[in-house]
Amino acid sequence: MLAKRIIPCLDIKDGQTVKGINFVNIKSVGDPVELGALYAEQGADELVFLDITASHEGRKTFVELVRRIAREINIPFTVGGGISELKDADALLSAGADKISINSSAVRNPKLIDDLALNFGSQFVVLAIDARGENDHWTVTVNGGRIPTEKELFSWAKEGESRGAGEILFTSMNHDGTKAGFANKELAKMADMLRIPIIASGGAGNMEHFVDVFTEGKADAGLAASIFHYKEIAIPDLKSFLKSKGIVIR
Amino acid sequence: MNLAIIKYNAGNIESVNNALLRLGVSAEITGDHEKIRMADKVIFPGVGEASTTMAFLKKEGLDQLIPDLKQPVLGICLGLQLMCSHSEEGDTPCLGIFEEKVKRFIPEPGMEFVTKVPHMGWNSISELKSGIFDPSLDQQYVYFVHSYYAAVGEHTAAVCNYINPFSAALHRDNFYATQFHPEKSGTVGAKILENFLKI
Repeated sequence: MLAKRIIPCLDIKDGQTVKGINFVNIKSVGDPVELGALYAEQGADELVFLDITASHEGRKTFVELVRRIAREINIPFTVGGGISELKDADALLSAGADKISINSSAVRNPKLIDDLALNFGSQFVVLAIDARGENDHWTVTVNGGRIPTEKELFSWAKEGESRGAGEILFTSMNHDGTKAGFANKELAKMADMLRIPIIASGGAGNMEHFVDVFTEGKADAGLAASIFHYKEIAIPDLKSFLKSKGIVIR
Repeated sequence: MNLAIIKYNAGNIESVNNALLRLGVSAEITGDHEKIRMADKVIFPGVGEASTTMAFLKKEGLDQLIPDLKQPVLGICLGLQLMCSHSEEGDTPCLGIFEEKVKRFIPEPGMEFVTKVPHMGWNSISELKSGIFDPSLDQQYVYFVHSYYAAVGEHTAAVCNYINPFSAALHRDNFYATQFHPEKSGTVGAKILENFLKI
């Protein structure tokens, strides 16, 4: 059986991880390669590296970082942040990224999804969607959830799939940071509509939340950042807990 | 050891090279026939589409060279599919090293979770044969990304189940191939590459 995936997400600024406290086993928690390698060793199924650097210099640092990640880490990884045209994606692919995620740039220019899928294959393209719900209407937001757009979550996810996205990474801004569980109702609705894998993000607070997101939420993968970085949940513990609950886990 | 990675118009060949470097082995990525022929071992990786890739191999004469190689050869992902007799992707006649045929996954509707194509993620392998595996690898998880698969046949060296059982690996004489990506399959994948290097 295909296993459900656990994905830690690392935010990167100027080549350094933003969040995170000291792990005993690594020299520098600020080094994304060391932290990523530790997660891989602990059983993470994939990694996501999000570049939140705005400057041009920072971009170059990030590409160099991706090259190092590709050399050191032996599991698949996705990189995102600041990809607005084909050449950005091409540079990251050449540096060794397995997938890229696009978010605001796809909202502004949906054809970017088609172009990326056509040039690099759907398996390379993750469409990240941040959305906020109000009275059962889910509005797609950009710039880290700060700016609402005209787009509605489910129709945008469907459009992304038909344009050639290989996966959807859905973050519920209502749930993000609450540690009260994932947006399972919306995730399940999306899973029933789409034929591509869905990565759930936003709201992970304890191990039960991952059971819920894989059963009620029908998600293919669960992504989280701070609970892993702050060692609130250790990945080996999470994986054995999920196994004990009958979830197929590597 | 003199190791060649066949260079052609396929994506992400570097990741195979990176995996070998992690094992302390350096390989040459080359399309040069003489270098490939003289190598102790050859890796034939690949991500891409079958018909355009076969056309490229023909143009470079690699379609004649590869089946003729005498040293251990490891095909990966699209490499495995191109080593079979035929692929449904673009209705493509392939290299014919393995008689197995390559088909597209047909999703089964009405299952509790609608099955998705491509088959992407970690899945377990069993019924292991051939020198690239050892008993410790039975039921271990490896990383797959593919929409087409080689049917189970005489040369199946590992079975995986997704929608239906399919060949996760093939083996015949000096030819080995994996549908999954050992270079992305953590320590399990590293062990498989290591085993191949020891053959």
